[in-house]
Amino acid sequence: MQKLIKNGSLADDNWTILKAASGPEVLKAVPRKNLIVPLQFWKSFQDDLLDHNGSIAIWLDSHEQAEQIGDDLKDMSLIALNFPVFSDGRSYSNARELRQRFEYKGEIRAIGDVLRDQLYYMSRCGFDSFDLRHDQDAQLCLEAFSDFKTAYQSSIAEPVPLFRRR
Amino acid sequence: MYRYDDYDHQMLADRVAQFQDQTNRYTDGKLAEAEFLPLRLQNGLYIQRLAPMLRVAVPYGMLSSAQLRKMAFICNHYDKGYAHFTTRQNIQFNWPQLEEVPELLAHLAEVEMHAIQTSGNCIRNTTTDQFAGVAVDELEDSRPYCEIIRQWSTFHPEFAFLPRKFKIAVCGTADDQAATQVHDIGIYLVSGPDGEIGFRILAGGGLGRTPVIGKEIFDFVEKQHLLTALDAILRVYNREGRRDNKYKARIKILVKATGVEEFRNKVLKEWAQIKDSALTLTDDEIKRCKGFFTDPAYSELEDNPAEMTQQLGQDLLFANWHEQNVRPHKKSGYAIVTVCFKETGVAPGDVTDTQLEQLADLADEFSFGEVRVSHKQNVVLADVKQSELYSLWQKLKSGSMASQNLGLLTDVVCCPGGDFCALANAKSIPIAESIQRAFGDHEELKNIGEVNVNISGCMNACGHHHVGNIGILGVDKKGEEFYQVSLGGSSKNVASIGKIIGPSFAQEQIPEVIEKIIGVYKATREADEKFIDTYNRVGMGPFKEIVYAKAD
Repeated sequence: MQKLIKNGSLADDNWTILKAASGPEVLKAVPRKNLIVPLQFWKSFQDDLLDHNGSIAIWLDSHEQAEQIGDDLKDMSLIALNFPVFSDGRSYSNARELRQRFEYKGEIRAIGDVLRDQLYYMSRCGFDSFDLRHDQDAQLCLEAFSDFKTAYQSSIAEPVPLFRRR
Repeated sequence: MYRYDDYDHQMLADRVAQFQDQTNRYTDGKLAEAEFLPLRLQNGLYIQRLAPMLRVAVPYGMLSSAQLRKMAFICNHYDKGYAHFTTRQNIQFNWPQLEEVPELLAHLAEVEMHAIQTSGNCIRNTTTDQFAGVAVDELEDSRPYCEIIRQWSTFHPEFAFLPRKFKIAVCGTADDQAATQVHDIGIYLVSGPDGEIGFRILAGGGLGRTPVIGKEIFDFVEKQHLLTALDAILRVYNREGRRDNKYKARIKILVKATGVEEFRNKVLKEWAQIKDSALTLTDDEIKRCKGFFTDPAYSELEDNPAEMTQQLGQDLLFANWHEQNVRPHKKSGYAIVTVCFKETGVAPGDVTDTQLEQLADLADEFSFGEVRVSHKQNVVLADVKQSELYSLWQKLKSGSMASQNLGLLTDVVCCPGGDFCALANAKSIPIAESIQRAFGDHEELKNIGEVNVNISGCMNACGHHHVGNIGILGVDKKGEEFYQVSLGGSSKNVASIGKIIGPSFAQEQIPEVIEKIIGVYKATREADEKFIDTYNRVGMGPFKEIVYAKAD
């Protein structure tokens, strides 16, 4: 069953997440796959990744920051931000920073402990795809994006806060 | 006061529907306990010792008479006939049923009230001086800025899962009534270099386990940059605040560990990204928010009308109450009245449904239909004609609301403690009562003068014991309740954290200990010196010596 929401609808997942950082030999086990690799793995094995036959993206854990990616960020089609536990709010700031400070236009995917009741806030911070935790009902999760019709703050989709629109 | 428009109403309605759905999923077993927990906390709902406890937000303490009547209705229909004023200007209900809470929230929404972000690791209710807008020593009314901060912080998508709770206070008066310096962010309205008014911003204050006075981050921020400055501080905290240990997760620990200079640099770096973004406040928005807090239709009156002077001369009880509970008003002929909810035998801050109804009527009759809740758990009628004080006082008397001990030793600030709260180590309400019973004589209380007593039932310090002139903290010693006493705390402009006097005491010793402390004060004070000033002059020594002296 589909567990990915992208731009507000269910979607097939064309990416494989490489979880724990290990050696470059793991790449041999996933030929031709589009991979989302940990930041450290990406930094350590650039050459091996160049040889990989498939697209490469990076995931940042909640304590890591987008600026650690450096100039290559603009060439990435996807950045994933991890929620080790849903109550760890650091990735919200990372998403907003990616969109605002780095003006990143690619896909920002929420991975990890991604649950129905946080999707609305995530989307407002600039996430546009959501790799739901396995037990979530993806169909029901689609409703989360319309929990609120309006908000006081600006968001990535609505860059002007309410007080400038009233 | 602030009035909702269609946007505000829509958001609140959406929130009620959202929480109804979340509660349904939880009771149907589709939402795990641990995942429901932060959702219900951010809707003000705790699961307590005896029942759920719902904390309703009273933004910066303002309540209309219609809202008071709704509180009375909720006391009646969903609770046991009473509510509790908290130390952060909010109202708590101790007995609602979980399944009924969404319905209760819908009732609140009818009068533009809610329980949003009154708990949980998010930005809480912004508090301020209960005399905002009427105080004689005010630079500018703080409430428009509180409302601006309320809207910015409500459902802020980036800051709903902070490392820990986050409290903001704003103060616009010379005499700080808002305990501004012991908040995660404390904001003072100040005059800037060119005479224009802006903000001095502190961060890293807080009570709880590790009490800290806030440090100055910005000495002057222009008005339009208020929200971007707050956003920058919050983002640094959200990213870098500790998440491995909840006792070290408040911003005060981060500021201390990072160092104020370095913390400021980090904030400045974030601020530079957003300083002139769309979040920059507009003159129109400031004007719009100020428009909700204009003066009511005051009459042109003289101060000290003859009838009041005569009533003060004739009725000693009225004069006593007037002396303690009535403060000067910025408008001549008017007065600020504080209704003190510290009657002996009633838990501090507790109010009955009948009293709430009466307060609503009194607000309509005497004070333009509004009241304010103070962080010392009392209620303010801010705009009373001096000529009507006597009539108001008589009506307060008939509702058991004419306690004349405001600011005196028996005006105890106290959390619900072990009688209600699941977090508490010890009871706090009976301690308050035992002190009130030991000091029953009003003349003696007046002789003692201003002393703040603050009692907390545990380290979380909801009773703000760290900043009580006399602070009392309930501690658990091998399953027994003991009480640690501290002296010298203050939440005023020269804020200070009290120092522990020595080994803790059993419950029954507390009244005697307080009597000894007061005895030392009376014996050593000079002229009109207040308790806190005597303590600051003579130090802990003389108090400690007498309190722990061996009986012969």
